[in-house]
Amino acid sequence: MATRVLIQTADFDVGVEIDALRAQDLRVGAVCSFVGTVRDTRALTGQAQDEVQAMELEHYPGMTEKSIEAMIDEAHKRFDFYAARVVHRVGRLLPADQIVLVAVTSAHRGESFKACEFLMDYLKTQAPFWKKEQTPEGAHWVDARVSDDAALARWGIQSTNA
Amino acid sequence: MKVQIRYFASLRETLGMPGETLETSSEDVAALRAELMAKGGAYAQALSSGRAVRVAVNQVMAAGDTRLSDHCEVGFFPPVTGG
Repeated sequence: MATRVLIQTADFDVGVEIDALRAQDLRVGAVCSFVGTVRDTRALTGQAQDEVQAMELEHYPGMTEKSIEAMIDEAHKRFDFYAARVVHRVGRLLPADQIVLVAVTSAHRGESFKACEFLMDYLKTQAPFWKKEQTPEGAHWVDARVSDDAALARWGIQSTNA
Repeated sequence: MKVQIRYFASLRETLGMPGETLETSSEDVAALRAELMAKGGAYAQALSSGRAVRVAVNQVMAAGDTRLSDHCEVGFFPPVTGG
């Protein structure tokens, strides 16, 4: 089976990852992907103190990979798709950098759209990653969001992460 | 029994270490957390009941009543914020 989960410090090329995922599979008629990027909150609020100068991403080596593998297994039980790949970066990232890629292939668009969203919702509250933002006022750990638990609840999975 | 404990993110910073090996008679996650909190100081701060702490046993998300076993790995960490 092709590699499904990659945790790495290096950046990724979405085109290369999607090509690897499709892997000449002629059954594929739909590819859905999501890319999460580092946002500079100052660009939203205009407030100097909101500037995100850098982000440090920590993870739990071993558990992170296992938990995402389990998520993909769970997605296969729920949706009719062919393959999924999750690439998540760790270490120091800068505004506009790519953080995460979730890509899914299927015969028709509906199943890959759903599986992609399910995997991201699951990852946000169940995969052991932690973000620390560097701002002009110092570094702080990002708080978990109740809205992310609510997003997972839509799929019938109760989470009490936040 | 002996357990390998690992701390991550803000818990690792508060405790000033990435983990430790502990000889314990705690039988489940809740008892182990209480045992560590009872040490006071940074432990009481990092693991206080008012703080959201998640726990994994052998790298699988666990609950308070998840049983511990000899040489198991227990991870303590704050709510996750990846993606």
